[in-house]
Amino acid sequence: MEFRGVGLTYPGPPPVHALRPCELSVDVGEFVAVVGPSGSGKSTFLNVAGLLDAPTEGTYLLDGIDTAALSDADRTALRGRRIGFVFQAFHLMPHRSATENVMLSMVYSAVPRAERRTRARDALRRVGLAHRFDALPGRLSGGERQRVAIARALAGRPSLLLCDEPTGNLDSGNADTVLALLGELHASGMTVVVITHDRDVAARAGRTVTIRDGILSEERAADAPGADAPGDGIPRADAPRDGTPQADAPRDGVHRPERDPA
Amino acid sequence: MRIIRPRSGRVVEPSRLAARDALSEAVAGMLQRPGRSVLTALGTVLGVGTFVAILGLTATTSSRIDSRFNLLTATEVTVEDIAREQNEFAGPGFPADADARIQRLGGVRDAGVYWTVRLGPDVTVRAAPVGDGADGVPVDVVAASPGALRAAVPRLAQGRLYDEFASSKAQPVAVIGATVAARLGITTLETRPAVFIGDEPFVVAGIVDDVERRPDVLMSVSVPRTTAERMWGPPGAGEARMLVATETGAARQIADEAPVALRPDHPEYLKAVPPPDPRTLRAGVTGDLDQLFLLLAGICLVIGAVGIANTTLVAVLERTGEIGLRRALGARGRHITVQFLTESGALGAVGGLVGTAMGVCTVIGVALVRDWTPVVHPTVVVAAPVIGLATGVVAGLYPAWRASRIEPAEALRH
Repeated sequence: MEFRGVGLTYPGPPPVHALRPCELSVDVGEFVAVVGPSGSGKSTFLNVAGLLDAPTEGTYLLDGIDTAALSDADRTALRGRRIGFVFQAFHLMPHRSATENVMLSMVYSAVPRAERRTRARDALRRVGLAHRFDALPGRLSGGERQRVAIARALAGRPSLLLCDEPTGNLDSGNADTVLALLGELHASGMTVVVITHDRDVAARAGRTVTIRDGILSEERAADAPGADAPGDGIPRADAPRDGTPQADAPRDGVHRPERDPA
Repeated sequence: MRIIRPRSGRVVEPSRLAARDALSEAVAGMLQRPGRSVLTALGTVLGVGTFVAILGLTATTSSRIDSRFNLLTATEVTVEDIAREQNEFAGPGFPADADARIQRLGGVRDAGVYWTVRLGPDVTVRAAPVGDGADGVPVDVVAASPGALRAAVPRLAQGRLYDEFASSKAQPVAVIGATVAARLGITTLETRPAVFIGDEPFVVAGIVDDVERRPDVLMSVSVPRTTAERMWGPPGAGEARMLVATETGAARQIADEAPVALRPDHPEYLKAVPPPDPRTLRAGVTGDLDQLFLLLAGICLVIGAVGIANTTLVAVLERTGEIGLRRALGARGRHITVQFLTESGALGAVGGLVGTAMGVCTVIGVALVRDWTPVVHPTVVVAAPVIGLATGVVAGLYPAWRASRIEPAEALRH
């Protein structure tokens, strides 16, 4: 996925710059964390990256497709086929079994009915829930629920796994298993973008992008800035505020001040 | 990076929602809250049920009128002898030349006086003289003028009816019903058989095997009125009646004229019973009461629709998260609309089906109690569930539209 000067401004008065124009490129197979405190524009980033909201400026390329030029219907179709969502609140249907919940992701993408169950079971096996095919969400632990949700995202065979605070509702033990699972998926070649306010989660990612007051900026590991020449994926923050996040960056990749609101 | 521009053909295969999926999603949605679904459908059940029951009961009572009112009854006038009720010293109401008098009226086809003869307790009908060993059969003997026989429109198996000549001479002839013939062992008229009423022999002129009016002819021995009067005397008070078969449409007028034509001196001694007027009957059926009930059924349906609309709207608000999820999974706004419309439509259709069943049961129950034939028009049975479906769909329009307008980004925050 690639952001080229993508920004989102809600028309006023006064206009709200939910996401300032920014540049970001995520390559196939990358594991990127987008961190920021609440109210920083994380949700807006999620909505734009997840094609739930159209940016007001710039170009967003997903799998090389210019999403700005797409009609509403096509954008919806692209979202259903190329993006797998994992939500903080799981969003599982309470009266349907794990398998049926996973099958739901294939209803709108014209997967033949016969194939859905097999694919759903495959996805559940992949997240380690082979023994929980017929369990209702109410009978599953939080970690298991989130794994069902991940299986649902995987069953649609997306090119991008977009996770919104995937561990926000989980205790540390369950959070660990879910994060380990995301790590495994990344290792097997899946492109994963995790949006979180939790630095521990971000630490698992190969790359961390910070968002603050609608401004996207990338921090690099201490050794990164020199070695990795600014090419694709270098964030371009607005000039006046440029220094602030960068100044914190060299320490250990952890933004102490940003934890305050939480 | 190569940028793929859309519009040069489809880049993405569009989202779809197969009809079967829409239906199974709707059913799943209904079954999520079965109790609530039942309560929601109740309004439609009541509305459609009332609708079917009213139309069914109307059809049932109408069919009773239809069975009472057909071409035969429409051309039939009965004149009763009520002379003794008017004046206890009055003689028989019908004059001796009653048949000839009524025959002069325009529109009369056949007419005649008849009554059941009162025989002594030990008088029976036999095929052989008393003491000949043949057993008597208890059969009614009916005194009937030739016109009364013809007015019954008989179909003769053998022989003929007795005529005015036989009647004027008071001859001992008889016409018997096929049933009576069988019981008396009379199979052919070739042998000129006779029946004995008490000790009196009567030549059998004909055997009737079917009639359109006065089915009693089949079960009895008919003899000319004059013969009966000669042998057993005049009829008792109020026993004699006159049957008049008229041309189509003449019945009511003849009913007005008959008493005067028969007894110009005392028309009040006779009472003519005309066939029921179809117009007044119909008017009675499609009366105000019916329209009131149909109005009530309509109100029930509207309440049912409002109930469905309300519940669906609440469900839409409750299921915002689900809507967001579906949108994230690639559902378009119209897919959400279709899903909720299908759900409310299915609720309405189920309510309509249950209501139809209950309405039909009501009609059958009422008909059973009243000993009627239940009649429900097939179109009503077919239309009622469709009305339920339509109610559900109409009720779901606004909530479904609301559901499709929910922004996925907003919805997912729930």
